[in-house]
Amino acid sequence: MSAVVNGAGKLVSWVDDRVTTNNWLKRNIRKAFPDHWSFLLGEIALYSFIVILLSGVFLTLWFKPSMAHIMYDGAYAPLRDVGMSEAFASTLELSFEVRGGLLMRQIHHWGAIIFVAAMSVHMLRIFFTGAFRKPREINWVIGVLMLVLGITNGFTGYSLPDDLVSGTGMRIIEGGMLAIPIVGTYLSSFIFGGEFPGDDAISRLYVLHILLVPGLILALVTIHLILIWYQKHTHWGGAGKSNQNVVGYPLFPIYTAKAGGFFFVVFGVIVLMSATIQILPIWLFGPYDPSVVSAGTQPDWYVGFLDGALRIMPSWEFYIAGFPISLNVLVPSVLLPGIILTPLILYPWIEQWVTGDKREHHVLDRPRNQPVRTGVGVAFITFYMLLWISGGNDFVATIFDVPVMWITRFMQAAVILLPPLMFWVTKRICLGLQRRDRDRVLHGAESGVIVVSPEGEFAEAHAPLADATAYQLTAHQRQVPFDLGPETDEYGIPAPRRRSAGVRSRLSKFYFGDVIPKPTRDELEMAQHDGHGAGEPGKEREIATGPHAE
Amino acid sequence: MTAISARRRHPLAAAVVLFVALLLFGGLYAAFAPASQADVQASTSTQIDEGRKLFAIGCSSCHGLNGEGQSRDDGTVLGPSLVGVGAAAVDFQVGTGRMPAGPPGAQLPRKEVQYTQDEIDALAAYVASFAPGPEIPGAAAVDPQRGNVARGGELFRTNCAQCHNATGQGGALSYGKYAPPLAGVEPKHMYEAMLTGPQSMPVFNDTTITPDQKRDIIAFLKHIEDEPNPGGAGIGRIGPVSEGLWGWLIGIGSLIGAAVWLGAKRS
Amino acid sequence: MTISRDDEMSDYTTEAGTELERRERAGDPIGDPGLPESPPRLTDLDERAARRAERQVAGMFGLAAVLTVAFLVAYVVFPIAADEGGVDVGAVRDSNLALGLTLGGALLLIGIGAIHWARKLMTSHQVVHERHELRSNDETRAAALADFEVGAEESGFGRRKLIRNSLIGAMLLLPLPAVILLRDLGPAPGGVKKNTVWDTGVRVVKDRSFTPIRPSDMQVGSLVVAMPETYQDLPDHGPARPNERGKASVFLIRMQPGEFRVEEGRENWHVDGIVCYSKICTHVGCPITLYERDTHHMLCPCHQSTFDLANSGEAIFGPANRPLPQLPLAVDDEGYLIAQSDFVDPVGPSFWEMNT
Repeated sequence: MSAVVNGAGKLVSWVDDRVTTNNWLKRNIRKAFPDHWSFLLGEIALYSFIVILLSGVFLTLWFKPSMAHIMYDGAYAPLRDVGMSEAFASTLELSFEVRGGLLMRQIHHWGAIIFVAAMSVHMLRIFFTGAFRKPREINWVIGVLMLVLGITNGFTGYSLPDDLVSGTGMRIIEGGMLAIPIVGTYLSSFIFGGEFPGDDAISRLYVLHILLVPGLILALVTIHLILIWYQKHTHWGGAGKSNQNVVGYPLFPIYTAKAGGFFFVVFGVIVLMSATIQILPIWLFGPYDPSVVSAGTQPDWYVGFLDGALRIMPSWEFYIAGFPISLNVLVPSVLLPGIILTPLILYPWIEQWVTGDKREHHVLDRPRNQPVRTGVGVAFITFYMLLWISGGNDFVATIFDVPVMWITRFMQAAVILLPPLMFWVTKRICLGLQRRDRDRVLHGAESGVIVVSPEGEFAEAHAPLADATAYQLTAHQRQVPFDLGPETDEYGIPAPRRRSAGVRSRLSKFYFGDVIPKPTRDELEMAQHDGHGAGEPGKEREIATGPHAE
Repeated sequence: MTAISARRRHPLAAAVVLFVALLLFGGLYAAFAPASQADVQASTSTQIDEGRKLFAIGCSSCHGLNGEGQSRDDGTVLGPSLVGVGAAAVDFQVGTGRMPAGPPGAQLPRKEVQYTQDEIDALAAYVASFAPGPEIPGAAAVDPQRGNVARGGELFRTNCAQCHNATGQGGALSYGKYAPPLAGVEPKHMYEAMLTGPQSMPVFNDTTITPDQKRDIIAFLKHIEDEPNPGGAGIGRIGPVSEGLWGWLIGIGSLIGAAVWLGAKRS
Repeated sequence: MTISRDDEMSDYTTEAGTELERRERAGDPIGDPGLPESPPRLTDLDERAARRAERQVAGMFGLAAVLTVAFLVAYVVFPIAADEGGVDVGAVRDSNLALGLTLGGALLLIGIGAIHWARKLMTSHQVVHERHELRSNDETRAAALADFEVGAEESGFGRRKLIRNSLIGAMLLLPLPAVILLRDLGPAPGGVKKNTVWDTGVRVVKDRSFTPIRPSDMQVGSLVVAMPETYQDLPDHGPARPNERGKASVFLIRMQPGEFRVEEGRENWHVDGIVCYSKICTHVGCPITLYERDTHHMLCPCHQSTFDLANSGEAIFGPANRPLPQLPLAVDDEGYLIAQSDFVDPVGPSFWEMNT
């Protein structure tokens, strides 16, 4: 035994003597982790979160969460003798008087941008591959909650420097709160300690930003990881991979090195970005003043879709007995998040109800094999992207030289029309890909070689697929629409709960009605015997011999 | 181009070409010879004469021979009256290339300057002779070195940032109009724009924003234009929109690239 | 909780849906050919390649160490000390770049080195683990439930309804102190929002310089950003000034008389074509003042609400619904612009009590 193992062994034994860790270690040290790039998106989120925690602690050593008004006399000359809050002044101090302070600020901010972006793409990966299905619904919900908390923490952090751009963002949030019937003014008064902006908001946001929300995220991350660990990772279907096993590289040493190394890669990329790309130059924007605004005021990207919705919402507002119902604000800032989040959180159960599928799933879906789910996802992305672009409509206008009013009008129509269109297009593409897969299984891959038969017929020779590939293309489960059954049973008694079953049946048809079924054994046999199946006669594919071919 | 080719056969065309050529040579000479500012100031009446000639050729088709302005038959304004707009307006409009106007659009863009500074001065002198109006500021009045950057910053944010953006990047207005970016604009032209309110821009005459305050604003703008970006590439200095874009493209893009490499089949 | 060991789970079958399952698997065309053997890597076959990879990894780790030291050096050799004229922003840039490149480079090299090591040199074979069924088996389930029932029975929680109900009642009330303690986060909103420091006779002064304005100071096409003169009397510290900035700030523009429509009842609100409007957008409260003097449109940069100042500040585009509130103007004895009164209409975003 080498010295390394000896030394580590002593430590492990010392711990094991006290807390029986080797029992756990024995089971887990060679735990299998499937290898695929898309499984690392969540790791990007986790690692950037750690980077944010580290850099954030550094920032708290200098930042003063105070709205007390001072005249600046610090190092940045162009703002000397300008009135500002202590929060803004201490951010200037961090940027210009602390060596590495600007770097840390930029690491913290770039880290946050990447954190939320990584959570988003991770969520999309989970959605499109069906990794939210039983038994992973809990982790799906936790994930959505973490995304919401991440956005919340991003917004509170964005507001802390009290600069002109972020202050305007707070004002918009206040406007959103005021629009809430009955309780809106109270809510605003309680948050700002009276009128906007007051002098309490920064210190209150600060405690949310550095303690409460990150604490919650940390707790949820822990549960998230424990569940991933316990339930084991999903994997892509293919030769040797089934719903009953998990195939991958061992935790120790391969994944310790890979995941550990990837942490440093994420950290390194964030630091390099912070070294070379400037983010939120608050010294140029100046301190917040509720009577001042800058053209091109936007929130960070993850709040952009809400700002976009505020921009394109028509000016609907009416009064009930003199009390305003401001739909122009309520719909985008209060209803929209609810409209997006509710189905998002419930999606695993919605799909479960429609498909009637309550089994465990550990093999991922290829997006094409779930055309409707994939279409719904793309429609949502379209909707989100349109709102997102609307949030920067003034920049789109100046960059592409299009009147901003036209963009707004276009977006008003597009958010309603484009998502269904994109759903339809996506579904068609998925079905086309399914058809191609079926053809490849039945007839082999196109070889690009044209052969002439003795009868003078031209045909393209097809090369047989490798077994592993063919298996991969047919490993997914058959999807059959939910059968409603007869209206009445044999004694003429109406079937119970027929109406809800009817809805379910229709939805199930919507989901699976036109999927291209993978070939059956008989179809494959027929295709291989009818001549222009595989290129080499006599070397037919081995046909599965039973229904449970494993 | 069409405007020029249409006038190519004008009876005066040959004279104009000769005149412009002379001016060009004169201008070149002036550029290389140490010209005295006093000489130019002294010859105002000559300037007005020269200006009249230039005006007749380059401006009168829209603004009328005497700058009285012209309208089309349907009442739309071809060129507004220039009576009382002052030398500052001419120096700004012609000196930033906005005049002579190109094809019609929502707004006249800044473009290549068509006249030499001497010609612009002559035009300005001529237009100023219609009626008194805002004058071209002296060098001292627009010297960024003499302004107070911090005070200028406050004034800029209060009066200008809503359209031109807090870092002077410009921004969109209604129906295709826009507030132009301010980087690279000569201090003199900044001053004149405030003074005269070109196109959609409101007027900030000397009694609403004093000359000293204008100089402070210029000082601020020139300061931030020259100030390096301490955090790295400025990516437009427009804040979250470009940051989000770069975060996704560079940040998420490179990290997904790394993930693909990490998960790729070993060879 | 018992965690089933991987090797015990070979005979695991899925629960429920056997019918569905059978239908799906029926006639599957191709049998699982089994996990393919992964081909050997170059570094497995060629000792020279392995040694080269080893050198690469070690080189990256070594360079990372060098860069970390370089970071320490850069911290010292790139000072950002400020003198009387303030900090040299270029020096801050150099420091940021040097610190960031060295630290970022070191981190990236450690990461890439580790992954490279795992990919090229660590013995490589996939492991297959059986999944354990997540639900516990029926006996365990029944036993757990039985134990729970015993406990519930022993506690008498179901039987002693008085105890149960009083406990539930007590627990339900307990969050209330936490809620009531939040009451003093802010005052009840009341009507404060509607009132600003504008009042009869308050002079309109230019913002920042706080100098009063004569109508003759403004020419047609002028825009002046203004505040109430009494703003300066507010305490310099505390929220009074920023709060007032958030609702009392206004702007003046001067139009040609006859160029704009004067609403009934507002005939004497302007002075020689000079009108005064609130600067706070009626949508969600951004300060506006993107004034186009040729169209008399006033835009909000946040959400592009557009107000027509030639038509009493009507909202003509974008999400804002209510017109901009107008401040009635007059001229005092000394010829300076003053307010006739506070705003008549509520300023800023709509709120529940605005019309009460």
